[in-house]
Amino acid sequence: MTERSAAERSVYSPYHPRWYRPRMSTYWWLKRWAYVLFILRELSSVFVAWFVVYLLLLVRAVSQGEGSYQEFLDWSSGAGVLVLNVVSFAFVVLHAVTWFKAAPQAMVVRIGGQRVAPALVAAAHYAAWAAASALLTWVVLGG
Amino acid sequence: MADQITLRVARYRPEEEAEPVFQDYEVPCRDDWVVLDGLNYVKDRLDGTLSYRWSCRMGICGSCGMNVNGEPTLTCASFLKEHAPGPIRVEPLTNFPVVRDLVVEIGDFIEKLTSVKPWLIRKVEVPLEEGEYLQTPDELSSYKQFSMCINCMLCYAACPVYGLDPKFIGPAAIALAQRYNEDSRDQGAAERLDILSSHEGIWGCTFVGECTEVCPKHVDPAGAIQRYKLTAAVENLKSLLVPGSRP
Repeated sequence: MTERSAAERSVYSPYHPRWYRPRMSTYWWLKRWAYVLFILRELSSVFVAWFVVYLLLLVRAVSQGEGSYQEFLDWSSGAGVLVLNVVSFAFVVLHAVTWFKAAPQAMVVRIGGQRVAPALVAAAHYAAWAAASALLTWVVLGG
Repeated sequence: MADQITLRVARYRPEEEAEPVFQDYEVPCRDDWVVLDGLNYVKDRLDGTLSYRWSCRMGICGSCGMNVNGEPTLTCASFLKEHAPGPIRVEPLTNFPVVRDLVVEIGDFIEKLTSVKPWLIRKVEVPLEEGEYLQTPDELSSYKQFSMCINCMLCYAACPVYGLDPKFIGPAAIALAQRYNEDSRDQGAAERLDILSSHEGIWGCTFVGECTEVCPKHVDPAGAIQRYKLTAAVENLKSLLVPGSRP
């Protein structure tokens, strides 16, 4: 039983209003799809952090020579790490997409006194994402 | 004879019940009837004890906000036909104490609203004979969106942060503070900075964004809060780097 205030415990009378105060369930975030998406978006930060750690581990392995790098590759191709990285990738994409969706709301870009349409701000983010991805692909595969 | 639709209305009669119960009412489902018309039909013809707030019937007064099928909605702007075949669940706005039936206690919101000083503040009033304060269309456009707020509190009902932490100042109050901060005639931004940049102010917001989704006037309170976060961060940095530079 949750503790109730004196006002709530008092007997109702026209001079003692008794308000009903519903409490939020622990599972409030399951009530609306938008809330679920919000929780997933927040959770995605953990996977972004994991990718940072993974990148640092890769850099360390490379710096320690070929044997160490090969060991890292073998470890990475294990089922556990592979599944973790696939899930992490999905969350990082979610992180990026939800970030780009939020960006035009937080950023007001004005050119010549006129506000740039929010859709254009989002489009610029996606264009920058595509350009960065293309550059990385070129460096990794063709450079 | 028009089709009928069921309104499943939350009833809370504190003299009888410890918590709300649902009561069904059959109302005509006419093409031009909104949920509020259905409630008025109940009040006039079926059960005069039902309590709820309403006034203008045209999305201006902001009185008739309720949860319709779980969504914070202006009941004057939600057609019965949209919810056919029903039943339509009508509940008081979430995150507020319920006084009776569909009436919620709004004192907390009113206090928060006044705490951000949502009015034009001038350091020095220009004498009347010097004419009115002029404003360009660009200056008007920078705050006009926020000025459309009708204080309907749907954004508070949609905000889980307010539900979890009732001290949070909340979306509408912050958007209205921005409405005045962005107004070229106003000089009160510094007076609003402390309360807005407190933990219960903008930093409480985790950008769920549902306040903007449910806003019937397209005010975009979530956008207002995120933009003010940048303003507050810059002001904070300025005061750290240049002592005495607080506006």
